[in-house]
Amino acid sequence: MHRSLSTDSAIHAEACRVDSSDVTRSSTVLGTQPREFGDAAADATSLRRFLHGLPGVDEVGAQARAAGLFTRSIKKASKVWALEAAIGMVDLTTLEGADTAGKVAGLCAKARQPDPADPSCPPVAAVCVYPDLVAGARSHLVGSSVVVASVATAFPSGRASLRTKLADVADAVEAGADEIDMVIDRGAFLSGHYKTVYDEIVAVKEACGPAHLKVILETGELSTLDNVRRASWLALLAGGDFIKTSTGKVTPAATPPVALVMLEAVRDFAAATGDRRGVKLAGGIRTAKDAIRYLVLVKETAGEDWLTSDLFRIGASSLVNDLLMQRTKEQTGVYSGNDYFSVD
Amino acid sequence: MPTWDYAPAPESRETARLRESYQMFVDGKFVDGSGTAFKTINPADEAVLAEVAEANQSDVDTAVAAARRAFDRTWGRMPGRERSKYLFRIARLIQERARELAVLESLDNGKPIKESRDVDVPLAAAHFFYYAGWADKLEYAGLGPNPRPLGVAGQVIPWNFPLLMAAWKLAPALAAGNTCVLKPAETTPLTALVLAEICQQADLPPGVVNVLPGAGATGAAVVGHPAVDKVAFTGSTDVGKEIQRQIAGTGKKLTLELGGKAANIVFEDAPLDQAVEGIVNGIFFNQGHVCCAGSRLLVQESIADELLESLKRRLATLRLGDPLDKNTDIGAINSAVQLAKIRELSGIGEAEGAQRWSPPCALPDRGFWFPPTLFTGVSQAHRIAREEIFGPVLSVLTFRTPDEALAKANNTPYGLSAGIWTEKGSRILWMANRLRAGVIWANTFNRFDPAAPFGGYQESGFGREGGRHGLEAYVAH
Repeated sequence: MHRSLSTDSAIHAEACRVDSSDVTRSSTVLGTQPREFGDAAADATSLRRFLHGLPGVDEVGAQARAAGLFTRSIKKASKVWALEAAIGMVDLTTLEGADTAGKVAGLCAKARQPDPADPSCPPVAAVCVYPDLVAGARSHLVGSSVVVASVATAFPSGRASLRTKLADVADAVEAGADEIDMVIDRGAFLSGHYKTVYDEIVAVKEACGPAHLKVILETGELSTLDNVRRASWLALLAGGDFIKTSTGKVTPAATPPVALVMLEAVRDFAAATGDRRGVKLAGGIRTAKDAIRYLVLVKETAGEDWLTSDLFRIGASSLVNDLLMQRTKEQTGVYSGNDYFSVD
Repeated sequence: MPTWDYAPAPESRETARLRESYQMFVDGKFVDGSGTAFKTINPADEAVLAEVAEANQSDVDTAVAAARRAFDRTWGRMPGRERSKYLFRIARLIQERARELAVLESLDNGKPIKESRDVDVPLAAAHFFYYAGWADKLEYAGLGPNPRPLGVAGQVIPWNFPLLMAAWKLAPALAAGNTCVLKPAETTPLTALVLAEICQQADLPPGVVNVLPGAGATGAAVVGHPAVDKVAFTGSTDVGKEIQRQIAGTGKKLTLELGGKAANIVFEDAPLDQAVEGIVNGIFFNQGHVCCAGSRLLVQESIADELLESLKRRLATLRLGDPLDKNTDIGAINSAVQLAKIRELSGIGEAEGAQRWSPPCALPDRGFWFPPTLFTGVSQAHRIAREEIFGPVLSVLTFRTPDEALAKANNTPYGLSAGIWTEKGSRILWMANRLRAGVIWANTFNRFDPAAPFGGYQESGFGREGGRHGLEAYVAH
């Protein structure tokens, strides 16, 4: 596949993500199957057969499992660790029609230094903006570890021709995006045209070049957990580096059972291929408490290896301030008010 | 490489309001017992929790007499709508004192606080709420036009769900107008005594509920008392048979809820991730101290390897340790006796040639502990496939066809529960019609609800608890 298949090189690829993945990417042919899955996506029929052959998901059971993990009690040192880890996993996002260069500049400043009162606070993982604002974001993030992610492919609906979508991606990459968040064609998926969706992801992946690809499933529109599992595998087979829940424009967005099923997919994909892919949750995660609960879900479903911004992200904006406030509280023992943290 | 260990998050022991000694509850008052007081210990560290009064024959006589008086003078004649008010009050008081009861239960029993907090105590309250609703509607329960209470019920309960079993026994009996003499298990008497305190708080008339701690002799005295009209027992099959012999010919009504060796059957088209959760919940819930535990995993051969791999990975994430820690999944074995039994049967499993596997799992130095354990390569002929271990030990068997699954599942002297995992609805119905078990779960396991009747076939006992059916054991019609 796009990354090397052996576990060792997958670990290596994580350790020095951008460089090594460039190498592995260029050395493999885009759009081919991981060999463990043979010709699962050779044609529309085999892809359909593969996806429908995945074990079903029992909705009630998945909900119960996620709810059970959400009752874990995270205190003291483990809470501090989780809060800092979560800050470092945030894709600080603004995706409004009213976005401006000024708004993005402010967001980038916050991304580099989330807590102005405490320089020891880690930066977030990325800022996520529309393609036309990538160049601006890029320039504000020079010299920091924060990468630029851009939604593309006629975000959020995805209702445009493939040509338009690819041009959208090319624009973003050219402007300096390190990561592309694409949306799948939910219409095609729901009407059973899995190969159409697959081919589109492969084409977008190719257009991404060195940029990492996050594939947004828009699980709120897929409706069933069986669909979430199928879409997850579809995106992984097609070469998505991350699978992502939602655009944030549809309710429900990230929910505990959806996160569970997607984490199971990357876990099982890694077990079969040795290739670890990431999960990004977006939409609806606003409190530190929820973020920590999702980290528990990651730890106990995919495993501890996924507790890194290379393999787990949370797309959010208002979440960061609650994480900061809780972090400060753990340090000082008292809560401070909203006014002590910057609005983005 | 990130490492994220959860810091200890223990519930405060103070919440349990543990006292140095506990008296027995007779005729509305807490009084000393005439037997020899005994100590109840915390199975997680073997420390003594409290000294508890022991009821002997004379205490049983007093309690049964008090229950008889209460039946004749107050409770048996009280209109159902009045009785229901008391039951609602008890249910609400259980909720109000939920944290105290949960911590006390975990201390005395060894079960993880997340289970006592999220399962035992809420379900106990739910049973009182549910039967409170029936108290004034007995004529409409399908038990004849004029169902009447039986009189005094002698109830003996086990140590695996001490408070919940007390609720299962008391709530339907009281709703139907009976009075009760309850004997909690000798290793776990504390929450039943707090429940007695709650009855007092609820102003339940004296004698309606009596709680007599003690061991087997006390239980035998309760069961055998000539003025007891109805006997309800939950516990081992051996003791159940003993009780049946003891009261044969006395005219006492009897319900028994005994052991089990439930099959949890996973077909190749099952939702595998949820099936793994169901297997874990089926056998490791409450350390496997569950009469309806899914202790025999029957898995279709075509997916056996894949499923076992997932199951082992999942077992490695189970957290064993301090029952009061909110993140503990597996608590302590309830007693040294039970631990010895689990060890003995596990040893027999190995000797019989089954392969034993446990995840890497450090056990605390003190207290009674047993790691989650799987046996593979088990056949129907092995003792670990036939005998109830009543611990965190799963025997894995395979099958090839639905017929074979059915034959193996039914090939047991027990018949309390069974689980079916498949995405195919017609197969669930086909299996459920043919499985000889009182409770059958489809794509879930160990789910309890006060509205659902629970009980067994064959050596798992007779009679039903819960639901409308649970009333039948407590009325004459």
